[in-house]
Amino acid sequence: MNTRTDHLVNGVDLSIDFAGIKSPNPFWLASAPPTDKAYNVERAYRAGWGGVVWKTLGEDPPAVNVSSRYSAHFGKNREVLGFNNIELITDRSLEINLQEIARVKRDWPDRALIVSLMVPCEEAAWRHILPLVEATGADGIELNLGCPHGMPERGMGAAVGQNPDLIEQVARWCKQYYSKPVIVKLTPNITDIRVAAQAALRGGADAVSLINTINSITSIDLDNMVAKPTVGQQSTHGGYCGSAVKPIALNMVAEIARDTPTRHLPISGIGGISDWRDAAEFVALGAGSVQVCTAAMLHGFRIVEEMQDGLSRWMAEQGYRSLDDFSGKAVANTTDWKHLDMNFKTIAHIDQDTCISCGRCYIACEDTSHQSIAQLIDASGTRRYEVIDEECVGCNLCQITCPVQDCINMVPQETGKPYMSWNQDPRNPFRQAS
Amino acid sequence: MKHDLTHLPRAGDAVAGRPGASPQALEANFSDLHPPLTQRQALIESQRCLYCYDAPCVEACPSDIDIPRFIRQISEQNIDGAAHTILEQNILGGSCARVCPTEILCEQRCVRNHDAECQPVLIGLLQRHATDHAHFDGHPFKRAADSGHQVAVVGAGPAGLACAHRLAMLGHRVTVFEAETKPGGLNEYGIARYKMTDDFARKEVEFLLEIGGIEMRYGQRLGDNLQLAQLHADYDGVFLGLGLGASRRLGLAGEDAPGLAPAVDYIKTLRQTDDLTQLPLARRCVVIGAGNTAIDMATQMARLGADEVTLVYRRGVEAMSATGHEQEIAKANGVRMLTWATPREVLVDTEGRVSGMRFERTREIEGQLQGTGESFELAADAVFKAIGQGFDGDSLSDAMASELARDGERIHVDDAFRTSLPRVYAGGDCVAPGQDLTVQAVQHGKLAAHAIHQDLLAKQEAA
Repeated sequence: MNTRTDHLVNGVDLSIDFAGIKSPNPFWLASAPPTDKAYNVERAYRAGWGGVVWKTLGEDPPAVNVSSRYSAHFGKNREVLGFNNIELITDRSLEINLQEIARVKRDWPDRALIVSLMVPCEEAAWRHILPLVEATGADGIELNLGCPHGMPERGMGAAVGQNPDLIEQVARWCKQYYSKPVIVKLTPNITDIRVAAQAALRGGADAVSLINTINSITSIDLDNMVAKPTVGQQSTHGGYCGSAVKPIALNMVAEIARDTPTRHLPISGIGGISDWRDAAEFVALGAGSVQVCTAAMLHGFRIVEEMQDGLSRWMAEQGYRSLDDFSGKAVANTTDWKHLDMNFKTIAHIDQDTCISCGRCYIACEDTSHQSIAQLIDASGTRRYEVIDEECVGCNLCQITCPVQDCINMVPQETGKPYMSWNQDPRNPFRQAS
Repeated sequence: MKHDLTHLPRAGDAVAGRPGASPQALEANFSDLHPPLTQRQALIESQRCLYCYDAPCVEACPSDIDIPRFIRQISEQNIDGAAHTILEQNILGGSCARVCPTEILCEQRCVRNHDAECQPVLIGLLQRHATDHAHFDGHPFKRAADSGHQVAVVGAGPAGLACAHRLAMLGHRVTVFEAETKPGGLNEYGIARYKMTDDFARKEVEFLLEIGGIEMRYGQRLGDNLQLAQLHADYDGVFLGLGLGASRRLGLAGEDAPGLAPAVDYIKTLRQTDDLTQLPLARRCVVIGAGNTAIDMATQMARLGADEVTLVYRRGVEAMSATGHEQEIAKANGVRMLTWATPREVLVDTEGRVSGMRFERTREIEGQLQGTGESFELAADAVFKAIGQGFDGDSLSDAMASELARDGERIHVDDAFRTSLPRVYAGGDCVAPGQDLTVQAVQHGKLAAHAIHQDLLAKQEAA
């Protein structure tokens, strides 16, 4: 019944070994409703997902969910920019989940199956559940220390993930009572993600995954003066995910990848990954696997086919034969502001052949930036927009607001000056003499 | 009757026995040519607008509607706000949304019509969406305090109505004198039936009059039972929105034979009838002309069930004043376009009725149109002329009106639509400037109202 997915897609090897967990491709489904039970997980495997993180198990009695659970932040065309949920961990019994996990792992041996866990922050609780999970044959565990709603009230989830000492402690118990890889899932609802990652590392974690969802209220029903999702006449904050959180997730992944203590800690990237390009970006910042939830919830499991196809074609084009060939390649180029080259100069150039004369670059620059674009109107009323090179600071705003792809390009200028950081810059009043 | 078509079969009889022939089917041929957008379509289309700065579409709109603003309001689901943005510049925005040749105005200039996309935002249909779906709590515009001034408006077409509404807004009392029995002018009588469905012209005027302060008087024709000198004496100002009532003549013998009629007369009948099956139908018909009226005539006759409709024009298609879009509509309805031919003789049968037309082929040599000497005949049960409208000479025949300075036959006006006579203003098709478009007539009326207002204030201050 099971079908092996081919490691070689378009001549590229997409398989990974993530902290000892093998997977035919880097695309995993994150711990969430899509991985709640055997039925969904098997459909996902059949569609081609390399792995799943089974929806978080907890102690019995199972959690109880409310009715009305999701809401979204919509774009103008009803595209879902961000997604919000107020669901808790699994609402099925531990025993049923464990039985299903064991059977699915047996039937799909080539796929990664990781079990997400959340139990009270007591050694006994972990000592009890970990052997049960180990017995299923699953490939590893992911500690859900980041669920921002419902569970913190019970001393679990984000409440643990926001306390580095507790992160370290729980990771240590897991390594003590469980023999396979332990991944710690990090909450973004903190000030410095590096502290949490370092704590996981100290506790012996084999990897971290991030980000979990962000505290959010997506919108207010202005007729009834209540936020969404609405439960009766009330609402509560939920956890935010989907495309809108990708930039936040990328930054946090980069922070950990750049941080000396955690630089070699495997990272499973999570946060708004919707297509192969998003996935490649996470890998470029050091992620060894990627986890997807919202995009699958909106479009179904079939999206993994486009992801594998797109990623492998791009890799083939670039000459990358495996993910290792480009994993972390963008990390070294991600630095602190103070190391940026103060002598670098780029200015905007408008391609008059593709310009449609909408005037957006002009008004954006004129009203809100550096008055660096001239609006020239000839006798026939034809409008033309030109960059005033001497005024342009290279901010990119015009390029961003331009509706035509590649019409405005930022052109680096030859200044003849060498690299100079802010530390070296004579304009820096705090410059340290080197 | 001067233009007699009574010998022709009725449309209902002529098409009887054809598959699917029924009064309902006939009526369906005259339903909305461009069906309105659904709410979803409008929302999606509104997202395509780039909210240009100094938008070219606005420059192209004769009535100065802030197009990016109303489209953005649609995208924010603020339909009432969108409609308000449209109507504050163009109180007949609903009919303009239906009849404007947007393909040569706003949509032609839309930056998304640039080579890269060739797909302008559907501004006309979005304007219709906003004006159709607005729900105002009462009339959206309020009258200023009563000025005590009274202004006469002659003609209840787009120019006169726009002028009356703006004057009322500015606090003046207005009396509109209309020769016909209904208001609306060409919107009511002259536009193809499938462009203005569901009695929209009447409903729009009802909406416009909700502002108050406007009295309508029908059956009042200048040069007949109405004299300019009297209006001038009785009112503080007079606006002439007369339109062009007279059809130009071909200047051929037999021009008054049964079977030859002005297209505008037939369209008027077609617009007013409750029963399309009773209309006279020319199975073979010739339309002479190249403007939108010619297209409307030819297309409507084809939709009524004519077997052969031929539109004949003395120059080439590129010189036609009907837009390419209009020409496509005619072609899609099976109208044959015959260019480079000019009418030379009305052919009549033994009973003196039109049986066809003889044409001479034409060519252009150094800008001059010339006959080639070669001629041909087209058999036809009826011939409709749509070679333009002229000024109805009688309307300006009284002692005062005949003093009005003219540009050619049309009334001369300055930039503010003042005529050569003090306190007399004019706009719409009866004046020289412009391209005879509804939207332009609205703009004329609106600007004239402001000129009247200014002049009244100036006089008040001087007094």
